[in-house]
Amino acid sequence: MQKFTLLNGLVAPLDRANVDTDAIIPKQFLKSIQRAGFGPNAFDEWRYLDHGEPGMDNSKRPLNPDFVLNQLRYQGAQILLTRENFGCGSSREHAPWALEDYGFRVIIAPSFADIFFNNCFKNGMLPIRLDSAIVDELFKAVEANEGYKLTVDLERQVIAMPDGREIAFEVDAFRKHCLLNGFDDIGLTLQHVDDIKSFEEKHRAAQPWLYA
Amino acid sequence: MSAKTLYDKLWDSHVVRQEADGTALIYIDRQLVHEVTSPQAFEGLKLARRQPWRTVSMLAVPDHNVPTANRAAGIADPISRLQVETLDANCAEFGITEFKMGDIRQGVVHVMGPEQGATLPGMTVVCGDSHTSTHGAFAALAHGIGTSEVEHVMATQCLVAKKSKAMLVRVEGALGKGVTAKDMALAVIGRIGTAGGTGYAMEFAGSTVRGLSMEGRMTLCNMAIEAGARAGMVAVDDITIEYLKGRPYAPQANLWEAAVTYWRTLRSDEGAQFDTVLELDAGAIRPQVTWGTSPEMVVSIDGRVPDPVNAPDAVKRGDWERALQYMGLQANTPINQINIDKVFIGSCTNGRIEDMRAAAAVAKGRKVAASVKLAMVVPGSGLVKAQAEREGLDRIFIEAGFEWRDPGCSMCLAMNDDRLAPGERCASTSNRNFEGRQGQGGRTHLVSPEMAAAAAIAGHFVDVGTL
Ligand code: SF4
Repeated sequence: MQKFTLLNGLVAPLDRANVDTDAIIPKQFLKSIQRAGFGPNAFDEWRYLDHGEPGMDNSKRPLNPDFVLNQLRYQGAQILLTRENFGCGSSREHAPWALEDYGFRVIIAPSFADIFFNNCFKNGMLPIRLDSAIVDELFKAVEANEGYKLTVDLERQVIAMPDGREIAFEVDAFRKHCLLNGFDDIGLTLQHVDDIKSFEEKHRAAQPWLYA
Repeated sequence: MSAKTLYDKLWDSHVVRQEADGTALIYIDRQLVHEVTSPQAFEGLKLARRQPWRTVSMLAVPDHNVPTANRAAGIADPISRLQVETLDANCAEFGITEFKMGDIRQGVVHVMGPEQGATLPGMTVVCGDSHTSTHGAFAALAHGIGTSEVEHVMATQCLVAKKSKAMLVRVEGALGKGVTAKDMALAVIGRIGTAGGTGYAMEFAGSTVRGLSMEGRMTLCNMAIEAGARAGMVAVDDITIEYLKGRPYAPQANLWEAAVTYWRTLRSDEGAQFDTVLELDAGAIRPQVTWGTSPEMVVSIDGRVPDPVNAPDAVKRGDWERALQYMGLQANTPINQINIDKVFIGSCTNGRIEDMRAAAAVAKGRKVAASVKLAMVVPGSGLVKAQAEREGLDRIFIEAGFEWRDPGCSMCLAMNDDRLAPGERCASTSNRNFEGRQGQGGRTHLVSPEMAAAAAIAGHFVDVGTL
């Protein structure tokens, strides 16, 4: 997994609540058996004017000029600012894969859906929950200032604004540790093989029908 | 010892180890696998040269991409076909039991698991699918996971997790005529919103829940994720045990009694503490119909499409306006004046035998309205289909003008050929009304099977209790 330590990145605003994973990556792209290449189809139905299907040459498709991420000023954004309950719906990990492939490493919102939130960390992305009031303020700042950037420092758990003010954020110690070091969970868990085996023995004795 | 919730009991009995910050390794008893969220996990295993920890804990089935008509011809779309073939190949390579497309046991993964007795009380159950919450109906700790976690569970039999908060949803009283578990679920979501359960494991209790069949309890737990809760659950009682008896994967002979004794302990203790308690009066719940593009945008059949001027805040007002525009609806339109183009009865929410019976009871001796272009019934599994046919339900549907299809996810998410055309409006028994969910530009209204059948007959939404 790629590490995440410090990021100074352009912020793009997506001013809607309850953005679901169907919207982040529509189902027709879930037919792929690959893990990469979903970026050009992130937000496909909002982003393009035609209907997207796997295998199309996305560079030739008509862009929807009204979709915020298509605006010139937000090209190259690495931080997505959005509203409540981002990533709700389907558990598809294709959603964080698509956002990461698009270029986002940080997503800031007042709240996230659980499974999506979890999936982000598995892919070197950092979802950050901030107070609605702060999110509101950031929306205003992004819209008012072209080229608005934030610096996200995971080690110190702060977001630095251009004027020098800092916003603190929470992150689980374990997830932070994995992100900072780029550790993959499976490798870590397999360090506890003995614990798993002894649990399994106990469990088998208590509920033998699970092993019949 | 202090009183424990059902969730506490399920959690505590699966903790392998716990870190200081509360992050735990929990042991997984059952992993269900389908074709969409598993290929990258198998690929990861192979790249790392890892073997699955316990292949017998896995059970696989293709469901999202399978066709529901003319199945003998195979899957026409080459990309869909490759995905199903990849599942077949992976299962063969690793020795995982799979119910393939031609197998009568094939069906939507969350219908198949319980039907086989592969979901048992006291288990932890995962699947790369958010509606894994369904299995909580059996007092199992069941939740959806992402593909990285699918691989993690395959390789280690464990999941890295943190304990959620506990919410109790208590529903008391008798349900009114034409009111179902689906309406209860939608009423809960309407009340607390699609993020209301985020961070919680949700237990459904109360006399109304105890009065539901396993099918109804599965419908309820299925929709827990739409309220934001990763897991829903219901305590064990006689109905649970009766349902499981004799199922292929349920404990046999000498182990059955021991299992039942243990299962009976799987309920929240008297006086157990929940972080949040929500009380609902069953008698006050009316048949529900969603009007927008999120399951929380729901009103009762007697209601009207809401007016964004009455939205509680500016963000919501924007959402409502966008939803009305997408749905092609005017504020204040009475729900029972909304005409529909298509009807979909099926999915892991409402594709079980009881749902088939309920819809057939409404359809019986009636005709689908001429204005309805397509009304389709998609049983949740081959076994549901066979049972329905034994009961003659297929003939009732066909005589009324419904199409009777083969099992799969179908138009719940339209990954196969079953989908809405842009602008088409559908009465659907599925669980998500997101933009484009049933086909690009398609407009979905979530309802119960009874209400979907009634809408098919009337051509518009109608209170099934008055039909
Ligand atoms: S029926 Fe719908 S919700 Fe259920 S597993 Fe299939 S696609 Fe998902």
